[in-house]
Amino acid sequence: MKGIFKNPIRRWGWLFLGPVTAAFCIGFVWPFIQGIYLSFCKFKLISKTSWVGFQNYAAALKDASFVHSFWYTALFAIVSLIFINVLGFAAAYALTQGIKGSNLYRTVFFMPNLIGGIVLGYIWSMIFDGILSRYGTSILLETKYGFWGLIILMCWQQIGYVMIIYIAGLQTVPEDMLEAAKIDGATKTQTLFRVTIPNVMPAITICTFLSLTNGFKLFDQNLALTAGQPFIIQPDGSTVKTTEMLALNIYNTFYGQNSASKGVGQAKAVLFFILVAGLGLLQLKFTRKREVQQ
Amino acid sequence: MSRQESLAAENRRKTILSVVLGIICIIYVLPVLTVVINSFKVNTYVKTDTFALPTGEMWAGFSNFIKGMTFGNYPFWSSVKYSVIITVLSTALIILFTSMAAWYIARVNSLVCKVIYYLCVFSMVVPFQMVMFTLSKTADTLHLNTPWTIPIVYLGFGAGLAIFMFVGFVKSIPLEIEEAASIDGCGPVRTYFSVVFPMLKPTMISVGILEIMWVWNDYLLPYLVLDINEYRTIPIHIQYLKGSYGTVDLGATMALILLSIIPVIVFYLICQKYIIKGVAAGAVKG
Repeated sequence: MKGIFKNPIRRWGWLFLGPVTAAFCIGFVWPFIQGIYLSFCKFKLISKTSWVGFQNYAAALKDASFVHSFWYTALFAIVSLIFINVLGFAAAYALTQGIKGSNLYRTVFFMPNLIGGIVLGYIWSMIFDGILSRYGTSILLETKYGFWGLIILMCWQQIGYVMIIYIAGLQTVPEDMLEAAKIDGATKTQTLFRVTIPNVMPAITICTFLSLTNGFKLFDQNLALTAGQPFIIQPDGSTVKTTEMLALNIYNTFYGQNSASKGVGQAKAVLFFILVAGLGLLQLKFTRKREVQQ
Repeated sequence: MSRQESLAAENRRKTILSVVLGIICIIYVLPVLTVVINSFKVNTYVKTDTFALPTGEMWAGFSNFIKGMTFGNYPFWSSVKYSVIITVLSTALIILFTSMAAWYIARVNSLVCKVIYYLCVFSMVVPFQMVMFTLSKTADTLHLNTPWTIPIVYLGFGAGLAIFMFVGFVKSIPLEIEEAASIDGCGPVRTYFSVVFPMLKPTMISVGILEIMWVWNDYLLPYLVLDINEYRTIPIHIQYLKGSYGTVDLGATMALILLSIIPVIVFYLICQKYIIKGVAAGAVKG
C-alpha cells in the first residue's frame, strides 16, 4: 500500500504543510528564537542590540516589582485553584444527581466563560466600586480588595469551565461500583470519597493544572480590574504595584515609562516561559504516571 | 426506615438541592443584570447607586447607547466590524490550513512532519508574553498589521492546539477509506478535499469554537500588532474608554459592554451543545 499511497501525497507536501509552516515560523518559531536571543541583549530598537550576557537576568531577579509579582501570582494561582476546583466539583456533583433544571443550571454556570477578560474586568470593577464606595473606599486603594476581587471574578468565570470537565468525569464513574457501595451500606460521604473521587482523578488532574496555569498566565482580567494598583514606593525610589501579576509586570517592563529596560523585559519573559512550561511538563508527568497504572 | 420513607427523603433532598442551585443561578446572573440596569442609568448615578433600578431621574433611556456609538473618539461599529472580520478570517484560515497539515502529518509521518508536530505541541505551553515583543515587531515588518492580514499571525500562533486536535482525530480515521479513493483514481488533493475533509467535521466544530472564543476576546495580540488609531477590536475599544480619559462615562461604558456581550450570549445559547463539547475537547490546553 505504501508504494501507491505515500509517494503521491509527498509530492503535495508544499501545499498541505506549506501555509501552516510559513505562518508558524512567522507567528511562533522566529519570534521565539529572537526572544531568547534578545534576552541576552541590551536594546531599545530591535535593529540595534548589544550582547550583555546574563546581565538582564540578574537585573530581572533583582527587580523588587518582579519578585513581588511572582509571589503575588503564585499565591493568587493557588488560592484561585482551590476555590475554583472545590466549587466547580461541588457544582458538577450536584448537577449529576438527576435533579430538575440541571441543564438550565449548567447553561447559566458556564455562561461567564464566554465573556472576554477585559469586559469581565470592567463589569466587576463597577460592581466592586458600587459596593466599596459606600464605605468610602475603592478596589484600587487596597491590595486585599484587589486580590479577593480578582479571586471572585475568576471564580465567576472559571467555575463553569471546570464544572464541564468534572461533569464529563463524573459520568464515567461505573454505575455498578456506586451500586455495590450502596449495597455494602456505604454512606453518601463514604461513596463520594472512596468511590467517586478516586474514579474522577484524571479530571481532577486536568482541572488542577488548567486553573494553575491559567492563574499564572492571567493578564486581561488583571489589567482591567486594577491594572496593578495600589502602588508602594520602595526606599530606592522604584515603585511596586501591589496587585500586579507576572504577565502584567512583563508587559509594563516592555511598554512602561522606562524604554531602556526592554532586554530586562525579555529576560523576565523567558523566566516566565520556563515557569509555565515547567508546570506543563509536570502535568504531562502526572498524566503519564496515571495512564501506566490503569 | 421503610423503602417509601427513604424514597420520600431522597425526593425532598433533591428538591432542596434544586432550589439551592436555583438561588445560586440567580446570584450568578446578577453581574450581567447589573450591567443591563446601569446601561440605562444616568452616568453620575452609576457609581453611587450601582444596584438601584434606573427609575425617576436616574433613567437615561437610550442616551447611553447613542453616546456610546462615538464614545472614546472611535466609532463603536467599526470595532465590531473589525472584530468580526478578524475572528471569521482567522478561524477559517486556522480550520482550513491546520486540518490539511494535520492530515499530511498523520499520514506521511516523516521526520519533517514529526519536527513540525512536536514544535506545535511545544508551542502550546509557551505563554504569549514570551513572544509578544518580537512577534509584534515581526508582524510589523511583514505588514501583517491590518485586520485582513493579522489572521496570518493568529494562524501561526494558534496552530499548535488545532494541529494537535486534528492529528489526534485523523489517526482514528481508518486508512482503508482513503486507500479506496486512491485506487478509484483520486489524487491526494482530491482525496483530502472530497473524502477526508467532510469526515473532520466534529473536530472542525470543536476547533472552530475554541478559536472563535479565543480570537473574539483576545486583547493583547491585536493591541500590539494593529495600528490602534485606525483599527480597534471590541476589547481594545473597551479598554481605551477607560485608558485615555481621566473621568469615564460609566453609563456609556456599560451600554457598550452590554452591546458587546449580547451577541456572545446569543451565540452561546444557539451553539451551546457544540461549545460545551468543544471546550471539553480543548481542555488539554491552559
